[in-house]
Amino acid sequence: MSHAFVEVQQAAKRFPGIKGSPDLTVFENVSFQLQKGEFVCIIGHSGCGKSTIMNALAGLDSLSEGAMIMDGREIGGPSLKRGVVFQNYSLLPWLTALDNVRFGVRARWKEWKESQVTDHSLQYLEMVGLKEVVMRKPAQLSGGMRQRVSIARAFATKPELLLLDEPFGALDALTRGVIQDELLKIWSQDRQTVFMITHDVDEAILLADRIFLMTNGPEARIAEAVEIDLPRPRSRGEIVKHPHFYTLRNYLVDFLVNRASELRTAPQDRRGLHYPRSVNPVAEASASVTFRKADAQASAPPKLVTVTPKESHHG
Amino acid sequence: MDRTTTEWKLNLNTRATLLTVLLLIVGLGLWEGLNRAPILGGAGAELSEYELLMGGADETARVPPPSAIFERAWVELSNPFYDAGPNDKGIGIQLGYSLYRVLTGYLMAAAIAIPVGFLIGMSPLMYRALNPYIQVLRPISPLAWMPLALFIIRDAEASAIFVIFICSIWPMLLNTAFGVAGVRDDWVNVARTHELSPLKTAFKVILPAAAPTILTGMRISIGIAWLVIVAAEMLVGGTGIGYYVWNEWNNLDLTSVIFAILVIGVVGMLLDLALSSIARLVTYQE
Repeated sequence: MSHAFVEVQQAAKRFPGIKGSPDLTVFENVSFQLQKGEFVCIIGHSGCGKSTIMNALAGLDSLSEGAMIMDGREIGGPSLKRGVVFQNYSLLPWLTALDNVRFGVRARWKEWKESQVTDHSLQYLEMVGLKEVVMRKPAQLSGGMRQRVSIARAFATKPELLLLDEPFGALDALTRGVIQDELLKIWSQDRQTVFMITHDVDEAILLADRIFLMTNGPEARIAEAVEIDLPRPRSRGEIVKHPHFYTLRNYLVDFLVNRASELRTAPQDRRGLHYPRSVNPVAEASASVTFRKADAQASAPPKLVTVTPKESHHG
Repeated sequence: MDRTTTEWKLNLNTRATLLTVLLLIVGLGLWEGLNRAPILGGAGAELSEYELLMGGADETARVPPPSAIFERAWVELSNPFYDAGPNDKGIGIQLGYSLYRVLTGYLMAAAIAIPVGFLIGMSPLMYRALNPYIQVLRPISPLAWMPLALFIIRDAEASAIFVIFICSIWPMLLNTAFGVAGVRDDWVNVARTHELSPLKTAFKVILPAAAPTILTGMRISIGIAWLVIVAAEMLVGGTGIGYYVWNEWNNLDLTSVIFAILVIGVVGMLLDLALSSIARLVTYQE
């Protein structure tokens, strides 16, 4: 029945309870679809199971229930079709930056000649601005540079789905901004499907087509899928000037601060397959004047909170 | 700051070297001086009553002075490979025999310890199954195996090699297992997401990741093997540096014994240096 590129249906992760206490459900009834070429970010507080969902998509972890299908095939283990960038870079410390990228490229195209592997790797390292330091080992690179190598390695293997697990979480704000721009640049070339975990609302708005919002665990759900229809190409400098930016931002912050802990979607979605409600805060905001009274209970209109742009981390 | 630090380091190194040389000179000087037989009535030195009675200390056997040892070292080292029959071979030949035994036993141990260590490190089941054997066998003094080895193998030469084998296997085995088990999951996940085969994962990720720990085990092993070979050769006899020491003791030639002790020390140091320089090649910074 699934026609989307990636289809996740009623995924759940439970851990057995200690000494007869009931099982701990981290999340359940998580269903969503990713379209080909889409950039999706997922935001939620720690402990809601974002990383588990991502690792399951990567094939590194297993779910307790539910199915994950990519391109018509069930995800049963790790695959070169799915590239992963981990928060802690996961570079092999005994290899140079170039050899780390070559490691991925050679695994992807086993029939390639050495020179071809090197050229291809260098091309991607150049794209993330590391041409000068390709012979350095990870220990000789800064955190930002290491994550760039990791991104180059992931993109160089041209996976059909890229999974980014909080790739900029350990970086300072300035470096993060620069690498976000590089990520957009490298992504706009091949337009791979990207699924990314982040804690940074601004980052999500800058990068994503859609943002999945998760309620707090245990028994977390993906509650809403917020559409970000800001025009591309986007840049950090320009995007904040867009009239819809703060509408989106306030909506997301409000969700994380207030609604993530209150919202319980369990009663409605236990009935069966239930995709997250698609939300367009911009459209809702402009329509809310007329909507508000009629629809007050079914979909609470976004409560706008005012925050200064500096306050960018939640969770 | 950097500059001053470097200068300080250089300074420290130079001073350490100077101190080393000074200690050597003082040590050798004292040794030489205290060993000289007192000259009767010479230079106004007063002799004790006992010494007067004994006519000096000439008749007591004493530890030879450094000068005699240097002299012996010069003689031995200027012709290290002569062979004048079973009990009179050059120091080079004796060392050759010992090194041959050590390296043969050691390499055989490595050939078994590293693959088995890999297996133990990768599989918690094998670790738990084999751990009791390792814990019992490991503390056994390698020389305790000697009678059994002689009985089973019926060859002194091979028994010595077996003793080296059995003593150098444990540190390599345990360090390999420890290193392999401690490879970070992140790196294994990198291999998994790149669809590397188990064999490629072992060689491209786990081996380089565990190499520093494995090399540490190999370094400990070679040290132990070199310690044990002297004792083993004293037992089995015939050839080797250990036999040389024992043979010279039977000849009451302490000069040669001390010379051999120094040679054992120097060769042991060189073996350790060789392995530590290999270890430096595979060490990485996280």
